[in-house]
Amino acid sequence: MIGIIKLVAKRLGFGLVTLFIVSLIIFWAVEALPGNLAEQVLGQAATPETVEALSKEMGLDRPAFVRYIDWLSSALQGDFGSSLANKRSVSEQLEPRFFNTMFLAGLAAAMSIPISIILGVLAALWRDSIFDRGANVVTLTSISSPEFFLGYILILFLAVQNPIFPSISNVSEGMTLGERTFATMLPAITLTLVVIAHMMRMTRAAIIALLASPYIEMARLKGEPRWKIIVVHALPNALAPVINVVALNLAYLITGVVLVEIVFVYPGVGQLLVDSVQKRDFPVVQACCLIFAATYILLNLLADVGAILSNPRLRHPK
Amino acid sequence: MSLFVIVFYGLLIAVSCLTASYRRHDVFMATFSLTLICFLIGLIGGEPWLKRIAIGIGIFLAAGGIAYSFRKFLSLLLPRDAARLIRTAPLTASFGLFVILVYLVAAIFAPIIAPYGEADVIAGAYAPADEKMLLGGDQLGRDLFSRIIYGARNTVGIALLTTGIAFFVGSLLGLMAATLGGWVDQICGRIADTLMAIPQLIFALLLLSILGTNVVNLILVIALLYSPLVFRLARAVAGNIVVMDYIEAAKLRGEKTWYLIVREILPNATAPLVAEFGLRFCFVFLAISALSFLGLGIQPPTADWGSMVRDNSTLISFSQGTPLIPAAAIALLTVAVNFVVDWLLHISSGLKE
Repeated sequence: MIGIIKLVAKRLGFGLVTLFIVSLIIFWAVEALPGNLAEQVLGQAATPETVEALSKEMGLDRPAFVRYIDWLSSALQGDFGSSLANKRSVSEQLEPRFFNTMFLAGLAAAMSIPISIILGVLAALWRDSIFDRGANVVTLTSISSPEFFLGYILILFLAVQNPIFPSISNVSEGMTLGERTFATMLPAITLTLVVIAHMMRMTRAAIIALLASPYIEMARLKGEPRWKIIVVHALPNALAPVINVVALNLAYLITGVVLVEIVFVYPGVGQLLVDSVQKRDFPVVQACCLIFAATYILLNLLADVGAILSNPRLRHPK
Repeated sequence: MSLFVIVFYGLLIAVSCLTASYRRHDVFMATFSLTLICFLIGLIGGEPWLKRIAIGIGIFLAAGGIAYSFRKFLSLLLPRDAARLIRTAPLTASFGLFVILVYLVAAIFAPIIAPYGEADVIAGAYAPADEKMLLGGDQLGRDLFSRIIYGARNTVGIALLTTGIAFFVGSLLGLMAATLGGWVDQICGRIADTLMAIPQLIFALLLLSILGTNVVNLILVIALLYSPLVFRLARAVAGNIVVMDYIEAAKLRGEKTWYLIVREILPNATAPLVAEFGLRFCFVFLAISALSFLGLGIQPPTADWGSMVRDNSTLISFSQGTPLIPAAAIALLTVAVNFVVDWLLHISSGLKE
């Protein structure tokens, strides 16, 4: 038991170090800008006096590493400074959008995880049948399509030609859960379609690798019925790879969200990020990147910890 | 019941019976379940839906037919060794090869095929399609068809160049790290891990916001972000090769590192590396299209599929499918490359065993 805690703690520590390095990269990438940040912000209006005044206001006259520590410690307390474009607090803009993005990703995850695991297990069971080959072609097609292609197809068929769902996901704070789910349905379906394909292929591969192991063959030779082999022998051992697959795909979902939010004009973090990149509003870009990267690292970490917990062999690395 | 409905069901049932009597059970199950589903859809949606299904089946069969004929064509045309390889290829792979060939032709002969230049304004905004303009005009009145043809050249060309750079850097460093080992290996590995800890799209957005958006920055940023993935694979493949006896023998002969990489390791790592190139091309191509779609990639007036989708997306709310065509062009090429890669991976794994 102590061994597990030690291993998990080690993994967590490693994740924290990664996150720290990532925060360094995000901060220093902006530092590497040619000239002074204040010059960049002022653009045409940059005279030596205005640049100096703005530098002072933004605290640019202090050394970079002091500003980095300042930035990181206030970011940890949830304060990302204020936007260059509209002078509003970044955290204030981020908070409702972060909730919206999590809601969208959560809805997509809730729809895609059960479907893809069931389909993946079925494809592994009926390997090389027409169902498996058909599923292979369909999932490959859906992985290969850009998210915006799927999104616009759904808008065309489910919002314009047959007006079932709204084509623009206009969510606001006063909505009930039902209204919100309805408005978020099309982007969630788009994400689901992409993620299902990934998750189903990975689940299928994991289960096939499992079905080739000797104890499954033993069970088959004993004459056990097929469902019993799957439910009693294969599924408990499939838990580890499946947990891994789910966590990795949730991490993928986090980045897929950016494009989908743009297509459906969904007020989430991804949309804010793209807007700020176009406006070159660095504090907002940094904050959004830090949030996305942290979520991504956290989910990858969960995948690792889940794998360690559910597979005893990983607890004793050679 | 119109003639169409009778012929449609008649054909479906006839094919089901034929496959059943020839004992092709999986094909029979597929056709007959399709028939049953058509009964249901026909009852609910009526004839228009059946017609759509018929068109879908027609497209599917046509694609299958082209793939089958193209495979036969290649196997008769190529010398014997290559022909044997082609003959065992699945239909999906030969379909993929055919599509890639079509895109290559479009890209190389773009000025001859396209009726107008990529930046020529020839009609009003969103002009409807007529004999002169096959697909109508875009948001500035440029010919959409010509722009799609030129897009093959620009989008695919830039993606190929980017993949090439990423692949060169990644595989060279991967092979070096595996051959030299020690601290070179450690440093390269840690840098690659760090670059991969941030999701690629997010990292690309961060870097592009700092460097500014133009094509050169786009190519360099994407190449930088995708080379660690190539590095990882090259390192793993070469890692299995450097422990072989013939590498040991070459080292004892006193060969230089460069000779080891180029003459001893590279020839044995070709198959997985080629498959990796195809796979990376798909990801790079999708990433560039996504950034162009967000308005941060290839800049106007260069014709590019990703930005064409965004510029014309207003047409979708008027129930017009034209903006979907460039998006479909992206998807079709990626699917085709993936089909071929699947086959290559199958070959290279088969050779190992």
